[in-house]
Amino acid sequence: MAKTHVKMNVNGREVESLVEPRTLLIHHLRENLNLTGPHIGCDTTHCGACTVDMNGKSVKSCTVFAVQADGAMITTIEGMAAPDGTLHALQEGFRMMHGLQCGFCTPGMIVRAHRLLQEIPNPTEEEIRFGIAGNLCRCTGYQNIVKAIQYAAAKLSGAPMQEAAE
Amino acid sequence: MNIAVPTREQREAKLEGMGCKRKRVEDIRFTQGKGNYVDDVKLPGMLFGDFVRSQYAHARIKKIDASAALKVPGVLAVLTAEELKGVNLAWMPTLAGDVQMVLADGKVLFQSQEIAFVVAEDRYAAADGVEAVEVEYEDLPVLVDAFKALAPDAPLLREDIKDKMIGAHGPRKHHNHIFEWSMGDKDLTDAAFATAEVTTKDVISYHRTHPSPLETCQCVASFDKIKGELTVWGTFQAPHVIRTVASLLSKIPEHKIHIIAPDIGGGFGNKVGAYPGYICAIVASIVTGKPVKWVEDRIENLTATSFARDYHMTTEIAATKDGKVTALRVHVLADHGAFDACADPSKWPAGFFNICTGSYDFPVAHLVVDGIYTNKAPGGVAYRCSFRVTEAAYCIERAMDIMAQKLGMDAAEFRLKNFVRREQFPYHSALGWEYDSGDYHTAMNKAMEAIGYQQLRAEQAAKRAAFQRGETRDLRGIGISFFTEIVGAGPSRNCDILGVAMFDSCEIRVHPTGAAIARMGTKSQGQGHETTYAQIIATEIGIPADDIMVEEGNTDTAPYGLGTYGSRSTPVAGAAIAMASRKIKAKAQMIAAYMLEVHEDDLEWDIDGFRVKGLPEKYKGMKEIAWAAYNSPPPGLEPGLEAVSYYDPPNMTYPFGAYFCVMDIDVDTGVYKIRRFYALDDCGTRINPMIIEGQVHGGLTEAFAIAMGQEIRYDEIGNVVGGSFMDFFIPTAVETPKWETDYTVTPSPHHPIGAKGVGESPNVGGVPCFSNAVNDAFSFLGSRHIQMPHDHWRIWEVAKGLGLHG
Amino acid sequence: MPVIPAPFSYHRPKSLAEATALLAEHNDEARVLAGGQSLIPMMKFRLAAPEHLVDVGNISELKGIQRTGNTLIVGAMTTQHELQQSQMLSEAAPILKETSLLIADPQVRYMGTIGGNVANGDPGNDMPAVMLCLDAAYRLTSVTGTRTIKARDFYEGTYATALKTGEILTAIEIPVPPAGHGHAYEKLKRKIGDYATAAAGVVLTTRGGRITTCAIAISNLADKAILATDAAAAVIGTALEKPTLDKAIAAARSIMSPATDTRGTTEYRTSVGGIMVERALKCALARAKG
Repeated sequence: MAKTHVKMNVNGREVESLVEPRTLLIHHLRENLNLTGPHIGCDTTHCGACTVDMNGKSVKSCTVFAVQADGAMITTIEGMAAPDGTLHALQEGFRMMHGLQCGFCTPGMIVRAHRLLQEIPNPTEEEIRFGIAGNLCRCTGYQNIVKAIQYAAAKLSGAPMQEAAE
Repeated sequence: MNIAVPTREQREAKLEGMGCKRKRVEDIRFTQGKGNYVDDVKLPGMLFGDFVRSQYAHARIKKIDASAALKVPGVLAVLTAEELKGVNLAWMPTLAGDVQMVLADGKVLFQSQEIAFVVAEDRYAAADGVEAVEVEYEDLPVLVDAFKALAPDAPLLREDIKDKMIGAHGPRKHHNHIFEWSMGDKDLTDAAFATAEVTTKDVISYHRTHPSPLETCQCVASFDKIKGELTVWGTFQAPHVIRTVASLLSKIPEHKIHIIAPDIGGGFGNKVGAYPGYICAIVASIVTGKPVKWVEDRIENLTATSFARDYHMTTEIAATKDGKVTALRVHVLADHGAFDACADPSKWPAGFFNICTGSYDFPVAHLVVDGIYTNKAPGGVAYRCSFRVTEAAYCIERAMDIMAQKLGMDAAEFRLKNFVRREQFPYHSALGWEYDSGDYHTAMNKAMEAIGYQQLRAEQAAKRAAFQRGETRDLRGIGISFFTEIVGAGPSRNCDILGVAMFDSCEIRVHPTGAAIARMGTKSQGQGHETTYAQIIATEIGIPADDIMVEEGNTDTAPYGLGTYGSRSTPVAGAAIAMASRKIKAKAQMIAAYMLEVHEDDLEWDIDGFRVKGLPEKYKGMKEIAWAAYNSPPPGLEPGLEAVSYYDPPNMTYPFGAYFCVMDIDVDTGVYKIRRFYALDDCGTRINPMIIEGQVHGGLTEAFAIAMGQEIRYDEIGNVVGGSFMDFFIPTAVETPKWETDYTVTPSPHHPIGAKGVGESPNVGGVPCFSNAVNDAFSFLGSRHIQMPHDHWRIWEVAKGLGLHG
Repeated sequence: MPVIPAPFSYHRPKSLAEATALLAEHNDEARVLAGGQSLIPMMKFRLAAPEHLVDVGNISELKGIQRTGNTLIVGAMTTQHELQQSQMLSEAAPILKETSLLIADPQVRYMGTIGGNVANGDPGNDMPAVMLCLDAAYRLTSVTGTRTIKARDFYEGTYATALKTGEILTAIEIPVPPAGHGHAYEKLKRKIGDYATAAAGVVLTTRGGRITTCAIAISNLADKAILATDAAAAVIGTALEKPTLDKAIAAARSIMSPATDTRGTTEYRTSVGGIMVERALKCALARAKG
């Protein structure tokens, strides 16, 4: 099958590649671009471990063809920290509030939460739970993920939370 | 300049030792997408393998035609049982003493069984190859219902052992029978029942479910023909066991096998066993001379790799009229699927199910477990549980509620009346265990007060009255569970896997600058060992946790260990850490004595170093001592500061807890709402309260899912119904209840730091709590026992059966 | 066991004309790729294996939400997320946003389109029932021209619709419901991301607290979304007194034929289907002003 030329901006870097049209974006990111942060957890568009940000939307990259992302701006977990290495408030929050255990869902969870906070800077607990409902976590029971996102929201809005995880 | 001398509190805080909420070391890489999981491993020239799987639950294989597949661009080889026979690997031994087909040999015994392994240049070509393989089947009669397995005319599943009437665990009484295992005193138990004032008898089933960690099972096998060495990166909860098994199977000497378990995306028991995918990847690497990756997809994971539970427990309790239990009798029909591939310690075919007397003082008990074959996937792993302990906890906690109901007693009061009392510990149970420590009454009373138990019952009564008057369609259920676990397998006198005793190990090396590395025989899958193990060492030898690296998972560097499952890491490896630390501390004391020119006995330990008794200014910190160990050790003493400990635990540990659930159920739709869930856990000494709480949250969420719908179901012809995350219930943040956690501390008397392990308690205790809440909601209407899972439609069926729909 | 799509040729036309020409050229061998949230999973399991995939994501003519007089025109490639963000839609026909939020999960709603949801003929989709309630019409375009068909005439069965080979759904025309109308979409599901165990939508108007017009439709309770006309007729002129409600629920249940599946038995799903109708009616009536 003939390959198609695709060009996308991934984590601030322009990348051009030739891909088979059927190549899923998750495989393109992981196999061709060596961005192994996003993961594959369910194969059926349920778990959200493969979540990346595409043109300002959270998408499940196992359910997008790489060719559909031609011309897109993509952010993966690898692009969340500042260029100088300073961690994003969400990355900090997940550690401070014990919002992860095995870490497999975490890249997708953080990238999704990032978009959620762009849309709702100070979400209620209910809004957070609804907003991350496309991301499954098998380890944490979500309670500390909610706190981690609240921690980040508070920090980003200039009023950081004092208490760490209970 | 005024340099402040650090206070004791500051010195202690700097260590970040046991008891503090140390932030996790692992998170630094995981939050940046820099974890290194198996599918992230990429080797030059690496190939990809994918399975052709059976559509049928029971069928003879007439023909496998791989010719079209071999023409697919990128496909290099197709392995079938015929090829594997050439290397004597068409079948493999299981941990339970059975054998299992690696690739279907003549017939298939469950849907999704592995038939052929297609090896290709990448996963896309492998997929195309799989699609092109043609398999011709001839249907055979299918056995799905466990209760029909031992019928005289039941289909013969295991033709390979049809004449082998002595199995790994004794005589087999039918062609579909695997073993009979019994414990306790039959005669005394039967006698107690014969004279009992009140008895109950119920079939309490725990449905088939699956651990389904978010990362599936996967591996990369790389065989170096020149060196004759095999390296396997894999999702292994027990890397050393895999190495030994791989060596025994492949005949590659064990020192030439390198097993590496990198970061693991959750395990929950799923990643203990050895699966056909590992064997096929290894064989394919040997055949092709190239590294071969195998990554299971989610459907394969749910339908082929290691189910959990599937126990049908006929449970009888005898009691006096005033509510004192006098005997327990349990018969279990254990559905093991097509092969007995349970991951239990070898002498325990039903795991530690004989903990089923629970937290209660049963004078006598008798237990019989019959293991049977059906046309379902093999497995029987301990899904966040110590070998059938969750089945046992469910069995006894449901049965206790049923008896309380029959006696007309409050379920909490009935438990309080029958608990093993504090002064009875160490307590010898009627089924053979020695419970190390417990204080059940204190825990239960604390929990009842915290939840406001009497108030809840009053509210429930009001709600029931309103329901009876037709003012509401909601019923309230209050679920109680008071579980006792048995974890930390285990003592070499009764616990081994394939003959290897179930010790665990720790090697600590303190470097000259006072930093250290600890290498372990266990393997974290998210439990945070890198964080908590360092805390134990920090407290034991006074080196800040931040200066200690914990390493696991590489069999070349780690001391031999049995791995992480069954809540054994803290009870066994945690003890090994303490013992290795104490060896280091003893040597450090000799060095410090030499440095301070005093006798060792004149020194006392003080947080992070040794001090001369009565002369507090004469002090040597561990950092200085470490340097001296490499620079100027005392005459006659070897340089260096290292220690290894292989810890053989004297006993198991027995964590316990009191859980309460408040649930409202809409009888018209079967939709439920969890109003409150309170979990009090006693895991002995608490190493990192933040991580303990995280473990409890996670385990409760699993328990919620299992009780309320997480099921691997088969239709009557053996098709898996709902084997993907569309149907297999993994709750999202929206469905997941909010958790309230609490604790008491009853240290284990035999464990060096008193810790008991906590990871599995919430799953073990949570499931009966949710189920008891559902049962309790309907009990006043005459309902006795409602089988799990309690999904919407089944709850509705119960309401309908009780005539609540008019 | 692969979860990898079969190979295909990929086309990304920039105009509707180009797209319809491609569909005409490849006929049954081509499929339209909208948001892909249903099609791609099917392709991964090889339940769909089109030789040509025509990605209409780059066609500006298929996007946008407008109001022309009393008609809302929603471009087929409007995503669920965009639909939820539209103030105009939320005010004119709030049932759209309410329903949209009950579909799948956030990520799927960013990609999934209204056109895909109504056009692919999956009886589990939620928007078809809403379109039946609102009496929407679909614009279908092919190389031979454009036709408009009522949603009420569009659905034929599971994955079977009036969409012909070569046609693309380009827009949905929705008559603006009268001001003060009442609406509700009640969906019973096992969890976020699931299809309905049973669901029902209602759009009604009232005068003096009595129902003057009413449309009821149900999702995932038959081989397609269906309008419960008898149930609706039963409530007109009433204020949903209990006998009326019972009659409407019974009428609605009589047209339900859900399969027994992992969500429950036929009996259960029919029973809760009636309850969804009841709840939607009550909620819509409570919201109606008039």
